[in-house]
Amino acid sequence: MDVTHTQLAQGVELISVSTDKFKTGTLSVSLTAPLRRETATANALLLDVLYRGSEKYPDIQAISAAEDELYGLSLTPMVRQRGEAQCVSFVGSFIDDKFALDGAPVLEGAAAFMGELLLRPATERGVFRADYVKSEGVNLADLIRSQVNDKRSWSMRRLTEVMCEGEPYALDKFGDPEEAEQMDPAVLWDRYQALLKEAGVIFCYVGSAPLGRVERAVRDAFAPLLAPRPRTALEHTVIPAPKGEVREHTDRLDVAQGKLALGLRCGGIDLHSPEYPALLVCNAVYGGTPNAKLFMNVREKLSLCYFASSMVNKYKGVMVVCSGVEFSNFQVAKEEILAQLDKMRAGEFTDAELHAGKQALTSGYRALLDSQKQVEDFWFSQAVAGVDEPPEGLSRRVEAVTREQVAACARKLALDTVYYLAGKED
Amino acid sequence: MEQKYYESLGERVCHTALENGLHIYVDARPDYAKQFAFFCTHYGGMNMRFRHPGGDWQDTPAGVAHFLEHKMFDTKDGNALQLLAANGAQPNAFTASSITGYFFSSTQGFEENLRTLLGFVSQPYFTQESVDKEQGIIGQEIRMGDDDPDTEVFYGLMRGLYEHNPIRVNIAGTVESIAEITADTLYACHRAFYNPNNMVLWVAGSVDPEQVARIAREVLPPAAGPAAETDFGPAEAPRAFAPLVEKEMAVSAPLFQLGFKGEPPEAGDSQRQYLLGSLVCDVLAGPSSPLYARLYEEGLINNSFQAGYESEPRCAFLSMGGESRHPEKVRDMVLAEAARVSREGLDGALWERQKKARYGSMVCKLNSLENLCIEGAQAHFDGEDFLDFPARFRSISKGDAEAFLRAWCTPERACLSVIRPKGE
Repeated sequence: MDVTHTQLAQGVELISVSTDKFKTGTLSVSLTAPLRRETATANALLLDVLYRGSEKYPDIQAISAAEDELYGLSLTPMVRQRGEAQCVSFVGSFIDDKFALDGAPVLEGAAAFMGELLLRPATERGVFRADYVKSEGVNLADLIRSQVNDKRSWSMRRLTEVMCEGEPYALDKFGDPEEAEQMDPAVLWDRYQALLKEAGVIFCYVGSAPLGRVERAVRDAFAPLLAPRPRTALEHTVIPAPKGEVREHTDRLDVAQGKLALGLRCGGIDLHSPEYPALLVCNAVYGGTPNAKLFMNVREKLSLCYFASSMVNKYKGVMVVCSGVEFSNFQVAKEEILAQLDKMRAGEFTDAELHAGKQALTSGYRALLDSQKQVEDFWFSQAVAGVDEPPEGLSRRVEAVTREQVAACARKLALDTVYYLAGKED
Repeated sequence: MEQKYYESLGERVCHTALENGLHIYVDARPDYAKQFAFFCTHYGGMNMRFRHPGGDWQDTPAGVAHFLEHKMFDTKDGNALQLLAANGAQPNAFTASSITGYFFSSTQGFEENLRTLLGFVSQPYFTQESVDKEQGIIGQEIRMGDDDPDTEVFYGLMRGLYEHNPIRVNIAGTVESIAEITADTLYACHRAFYNPNNMVLWVAGSVDPEQVARIAREVLPPAAGPAAETDFGPAEAPRAFAPLVEKEMAVSAPLFQLGFKGEPPEAGDSQRQYLLGSLVCDVLAGPSSPLYARLYEEGLINNSFQAGYESEPRCAFLSMGGESRHPEKVRDMVLAEAARVSREGLDGALWERQKKARYGSMVCKLNSLENLCIEGAQAHFDGEDFLDFPARFRSISKGDAEAFLRAWCTPERACLSVIRPKGE
């Protein structure tokens, strides 16, 4: 898999991953901006409105027909949060030329279609169509509100809001529901123009076409985006330690099962830190795999839950532990989760546990190369972080981590906030 | 092993059947880093009432197939999930209505991992103590499901469409039903359904097919007894059992599924009916259809709306749904559009486009080793070859779709399942 980085203009990057092992090609175009309260809702809403109609494809039916003609090209408007950056992308996935029934090239058509939607919107009176803005605003508000339906991810979201209050990281990447419902087409239009001029632009292609063809297709389809832009680095505030006492917060909803979520600060370690690979291994041994300490003890030994796992946000230097337990077991589960963390700090994990944790990570890096979506997401995320280390490099650094480094890393983890999702009181 | 090359898809699959009745399929992809192995039994949540040839009918509690799946990972020496994970594999398992699948993906140690997989699934080891312990874990899995509106809206639909068919019963069971499960129940179910001749092994990725067959011969028992037969209940009437099923939960907006009860496919026709049913969903209510555009533009649906075809033993249905403030209005508009298309026929250009799009998306899904192995195993149990889909696809005409739509998408066959926000 050959990976080429090409700077098309200042702040405009093309990453092309050349491989012919897939039946499809993937092309994404992403605009990156700082996550801020003032702009989050408009940024999040933008691609949904663009996906409603363009000059050439004025409505949903025309858009769908164009996708069908491209062999069921699947286009996904995405809002991705990476630390305190908000990134909006069109990700297109389409059949590789060699499987098309008529043998016509699909990449160029796909790029042109994506460029049309992104750059030539349907307008009225010089701004977005009001009916499209209104209906997508309502849809976005519904989406934001429906996050409560998935109690596991909702409890992690609420934990983040409580723990990181006042930090951009606490903002919802989809913005605010009321603001979405009331979005003014002219305000959204201004935001669109600003993003087109100022946002960082990342193109990522994964598929069988050679670089020259990819670059031509991108240059032809997205010409207006290729003007240089101010290279403002995306920043993420990393807070090394909790500010004071451990905070506790309880929400009540009509639920059968409780959720317990713990937020920890990682001692200032983020993806740029030399200790970053040790943090990854530490997380894997502690709660990242089915033979991690949390799974083995909170689930298998004590039968307290179906899931108990930990994950790290590498941009922000934050770890979150989440588990679903009976309300009456909140305290015993929390104590066990923290007792296992103490074992990590004291270096009480076997060589086998350490080896398994590293292997889960390195195997994951190798396996991601078999998934086009994961390859796109990996390189997109690296580009947002401003690094170009391939999975193999990260894998080698993980291999080299020592048990002392893992324990030292665990000692830097500090509990900041405990969040409970409990049932309604009678 | 015998080889078959699928020219239009660029795939080559090796196949063999062992003396014990196990069928093995391998799609070797040397340019992949990963190996994926899927070992699957034709036994799932619906096989609750069964008998051995000549024996008495046996009733088992709801949730037993899923419980068995959890406990299969126990071995005399410990736990196979941990053993696989310690060897760098990513193991997991799932229980569906009519199959239970165990699998791992790995990028190294494939031979050892495959031995572990085949070993633990074929050699049951349960103790009452470990069964008791699992009640707590699965109890929490069930409670998690109780809070999941997608699960609830689906089972609401199944209870509305069917009067007897065990598809009505949640695969995981209830906290009460799983309390009846003992180590003996699990041994009995394993004996009944985990015979190699009731199973299939599908492997894809960077593997050597001959090696896969050799390992399976070495690890699995050389001969197998007969598999049990299942009672799926009395025959169902064509009409839906109930027109409307409702429930309240802690959700932000109403969720709904609209279902149409249809006829299960005849032997050898499963994939063709799947393709036909899926295409009917596409032309009736897919994103390119005029109905979808109207529903979307009137704010009655959002992009959570999806439509699809599904079949399980003795049942097949179409379902479509998502979030909507006015589920009844969506149902009425779908029924009106179905009636219109039944009268006037399908738009020819729309039909051609949908065929092209559906074909493309099926080819695209072959990127995924997981998808290929699971679909391949399911098709094997249906007595079909999954990768034959291009030919079956070509055999479907616009007239077939019109006839299907006229027969299935009628008011008598429809049921609407709705989850409403609590206290609204």
